[in-house]
Amino acid sequence: MALDRKVAFINLTSGETEIKSIPLDVRKKFLGGRGLDAYLLFNHTKEGCDPLGPDNALIISGGILTATCASATARTHIMAKSPLTGLLGSANMGGFFAPELAWAGFHHLVITGKAKKPVYIFIRNQEIEIRDASAIWGKTTTDTQWAIRDELGDQEVKSCVIGPAGENLVAFANVMTGIKNAGGRTGMGCVMGAKNLKAVAVRGTLDIKLAHPMEALEHNEGFIKQITGAKVNQTQGTLGTPFIWGATNSWGGVRTRNFQYNQCENADDIEPERIDEICEETMGPHHMTGCFGCQVHCRAQYKIPSGKYAGKYDEGPEYTSQGAFGGEPDCKSAVTVLAGNHLVNQYGMDNLETGSIIAWAMELYEEGILTREQTDGLDLKFGNDDALLEMVERICYRKGWLGDVLADGGIPASDKIGKKSFDYLIQVKGMNNLHSDERATPALALNIATASRGSDHLRSRPAIDLYHLPEKVLRKIYSSPIPYDGPLSSEHTSYTGKPWMVFWQENCYMAVDCLGICKYHTTFLGATLPNFEDWPKVIYYNTGLEMTPEEIWTIAERSNMMERLFNLREGLTRNDVRKGDTLNHRYFDEPCRRGAPDVIGKKIDRKKFNAMLDEFYELKGLDKNGVPLKKTLERLGLADEPSGLL
Amino acid sequence: MDKVLMINHEKCTGCRLCELVCAVKHDGASNPVRSRIRVMKWESEGIYVPMACQQCEDAPCAHGCPTGALHRNEEMNRVEIDYDVCIGCRTCVSVCPFGGMTFNPIDRKVIKCDLCDGDPQCVRFCEVKAIEFVAPDDVGVMRKRDAALKRSSACVESAA
Repeated sequence: MALDRKVAFINLTSGETEIKSIPLDVRKKFLGGRGLDAYLLFNHTKEGCDPLGPDNALIISGGILTATCASATARTHIMAKSPLTGLLGSANMGGFFAPELAWAGFHHLVITGKAKKPVYIFIRNQEIEIRDASAIWGKTTTDTQWAIRDELGDQEVKSCVIGPAGENLVAFANVMTGIKNAGGRTGMGCVMGAKNLKAVAVRGTLDIKLAHPMEALEHNEGFIKQITGAKVNQTQGTLGTPFIWGATNSWGGVRTRNFQYNQCENADDIEPERIDEICEETMGPHHMTGCFGCQVHCRAQYKIPSGKYAGKYDEGPEYTSQGAFGGEPDCKSAVTVLAGNHLVNQYGMDNLETGSIIAWAMELYEEGILTREQTDGLDLKFGNDDALLEMVERICYRKGWLGDVLADGGIPASDKIGKKSFDYLIQVKGMNNLHSDERATPALALNIATASRGSDHLRSRPAIDLYHLPEKVLRKIYSSPIPYDGPLSSEHTSYTGKPWMVFWQENCYMAVDCLGICKYHTTFLGATLPNFEDWPKVIYYNTGLEMTPEEIWTIAERSNMMERLFNLREGLTRNDVRKGDTLNHRYFDEPCRRGAPDVIGKKIDRKKFNAMLDEFYELKGLDKNGVPLKKTLERLGLADEPSGLL
Repeated sequence: MDKVLMINHEKCTGCRLCELVCAVKHDGASNPVRSRIRVMKWESEGIYVPMACQQCEDAPCAHGCPTGALHRNEEMNRVEIDYDVCIGCRTCVSVCPFGGMTFNPIDRKVIKCDLCDGDPQCVRFCEVKAIEFVAPDDVGVMRKRDAALKRSSACVESAA
């Protein structure tokens, strides 16, 4: 059964391990994946724990549907206290790791302590071994994975690993599996590095028995049709996520030169069609690949066509890399985007944070806040492709003054640089924003301001707000499973009804992360994709758990509140520009200068933004300061946390 | 029924849904070791190749089987295992040139593709059609078309 997958507690200091079953009542409260991770993190860390110390708990998990007969149950979730933000650390990745973990008998690993020397964990069919990693320390993310396979003599082993960036404690080092699947955000690779943990390798041949296998199989066909029938997923399957760039950049939603502009001009070379051409030229007509059990196959394969890294194979680039190595630093060359993407994948560092922090440094350099002495002679101007790629390497290996400073993350770097550098940093809660520009889209601005892991588009973004769907359609989506008869607006520049949309999406994405499926399989980029109403059958056929859409909603609400409790415990306050639910002043002060006519001149109205935040808090059952009301915690069954049930 | 599995590995995205649905259809459980089809991967080069029984006309597994447990069923166009006769010696696994025979370590028995009695689930669920269920003579015609297209393109290019 999927429900009999266990939790392993692994202490790297003592080498002790303990295996526990997940009580059914805990399952019913949090399902699995990110929701249960949040519960485990809150219960297994203490207030103020050092993110890089042995007391931080690193949790790696699959969702309740992982490796069952449902579509694309590929996602691995990773959670810990973040060394980047000092708040909730949380990253999610596709690939093949979580299913292998489930076949090896586990849904969650809780890793505490710190190994004396580099190690990796190997799990095979519920047997846990801590192995010496001195021979693989220093290797890139892919070399690490292949070396582990060779050492174990098993090419089917799946690993999540860190690269040199994680070893060097870069605050935004990620965890990688496969060629480019990255648990990118909040520095989870840095936590692994601090624990001297190079990798977690798994291999499993244990059955996941399904409650109703034939029904699950039959149902899956229709479920898949719903997923692949969406035009947006057909486009994803052809161009990958870069397709988003074309539309977003043309209306003016791509921040450029850090935050100076909201549109990258003359950037034909990094348009999705151009990147697709390179993929086709280097990898042939069938160059799309995918994660476990997924029909969307949104990941492109490519070889870098020219330049210093010519001939190197990689996957992607995602939309994120177009912004990180294209728009934000104003480097408009496909080869640069592909090379930047390759470097961060190999080094194991978050592409988003890396590109964003370098673009910030470029703006500081051009403003005279950073000197050429501080850049160790590097001419860190916008549009200097070589300087951009050089800086990626300097951050990974902490080379030079600036490389070392930036490797600590945006806010600590701004403290060292001083001279108002913080004012230029496009971050929330200490984590930099995607290259998206939310000045013309209040709903999206509220989303990034309140996202539990810092500025982020995958926590609560109502992306379909940009489609100007008729109000009738919006109401159909957003008034289920919980009735909603408040205002809704089809206008993306409006502030009306947006808090409810963000609240709804927050619960939708949490449910997805508890199930262990991909956000491209729900109401994210496509309005017709499955959500609460569609999940009960999938859950029932595969696990036997009977759940209503309303119950799934409540689980998501509870799990989100669990994350909020963690953040409040670690210092979140509403208006703190370093740790709160608010935005950098530039969103309120600097109007958009490019894009569509209804975008030019737009900025976020501080008063209206605060009114949205009040409304959002009220929907979540929080007081004006963002702290949950007693009755909210009682309603969600969280009044006694930490409850120590697991 | 005169159809065979035709695998075009270039189209395969490597998602392994075929393995999942094969295991679920046959054994009601999710587990790649129960699957009759497995995707072999070289991730660092982006190469994924689904491998399954070729249902050979003159099958080495049947020749090698010391108890005569393997035979060809002409009506179903497949090689079948008679589990009453099979002793689980895995000789068939050793002699199959394609890795089409697999030992399932959970039930302790040899397993192989049975074409799902004419409705192969791997084909049903393969969105990109890397696996198709076609008449054997069609395979040759399709190969001819692909090769002919390449040749004609080469002619056009060399003339240009």
